Amino acid sequence: MDLSWMAWTLPTAIFFISIACALLVMIIWAIKAPQAPRRGILGLETTPGDRLFISLLGSAFICLGWLAAFGSPIWGGLLVCIIFGGMVFKWV
Amino acid sequence: MRKTTNQKAWFMVLPMLVLVAFSAIIPLMTVVNYSVQDTFGNNEFFWVGLEWFEEILASERVHDALIRQIIFTLIILAIEVPLGIFVALNMPKKSGLWTTLCLVLIALPLLIPWNVVGTIWQIFGRIDIGLLGYMLDQLGFDYNYTQDATDAWITIIIMDVWHWTSLVVLLCYAGLKSIPDAYYQAAKIDQASRWSIFRYIELPKMKGVLLIAILLRFMDSFMIYTEPFVVTGGGPGNATTFLSIDLVKMAIGQFDLGPAAAFSLIYFLVILLISWVFYTVMVQSDKGAGA
Repeated sequence: MDLSWMAWTLPTAIFFISIACALLVMIIWAIKAPQAPRRGILGLETTPGDRLFISLLGSAFICLGWLAAFGSPIWGGLLVCIIFGGMVFKWV
Repeated sequence: MRKTTNQKAWFMVLPMLVLVAFSAIIPLMTVVNYSVQDTFGNNEFFWVGLEWFEEILASERVHDALIRQIIFTLIILAIEVPLGIFVALNMPKKSGLWTTLCLVLIALPLLIPWNVVGTIWQIFGRIDIGLLGYMLDQLGFDYNYTQDATDAWITIIIMDVWHWTSLVVLLCYAGLKSIPDAYYQAAKIDQASRWSIFRYIELPKMKGVLLIAILLRFMDSFMIYTEPFVVTGGGPGNATTFLSIDLVKMAIGQFDLGPAAAFSLIYFLVILLISWVFYTVMVQSDKGAGA
């Protein structure tokens, strides 16, 4: 199957594989240790899936903000994203 | 009793998953791949990293289109939502021929394809052959949507209000119809004013459908393309060049696929964020009402 029209690159492939792995881990986690929705500091009732979504969406904006403010590379932005994701899973 | 576990139902989701993969996920992946590369055609791509994102984030042209888009969406919501509520409140409540006629007439603009709506208003507003343009010209108004930015904006806003207020009306009407008569009878016994009935009975009962109406109108007006493109083509100058028109100009007009891909991803993220906020508010308010 010729996928050259999709113009794949190694970094974008790694990016999508990471998201797919995160989803897979979340599914396994939900099967092994089901969690009830909880209410965090934002007052929202969230499941682990919701928290992953908030982390990913928030991370996208953090990276865009980093790019707008400091330009590339965005390693610093990625570090902020990891901290942000951890905070979302812990407190939201 | 032993609980039966049967996960075979998940296979029922597979056809939808395949459909979504082909209609959304694979195109989205391709756009992400394009956004980090440059191409001169011939299926040849060159890695540029995040350069296009930086260019789009710093682009004055995109900033201007975003500001125009936000202003347009806010104006549309500020007109269509109150007007839709007002019309719904004044619709006949009892079923009958008159009610059916009203509903059909109100739903008619929704049935017209977007490009046809654009064509209708493009002709309607022309000062030489269009009824609106000709009449305004005869009345002494200096109206010309092809040359004056304010006229172009007014034409596009009136066109959108004409096309989409019906959606808000129908949703609000459905919400109003679901209110039991007992609420109105209780309000009558309490001698509640018309405003109190609206504020404490009708508005809370309409809240769910109203949020859906606002969400739909927000998404649709924020992504508007066909109607303004047919009426003004984004002009005069760039006066009505909204985000999607600018995006198409960049992608197809200039064949700048890399910057256009980065632009569309940022555009997508903004819409995703605002839609998620609306959705969360809706779900949380439903839970609050149910609690």
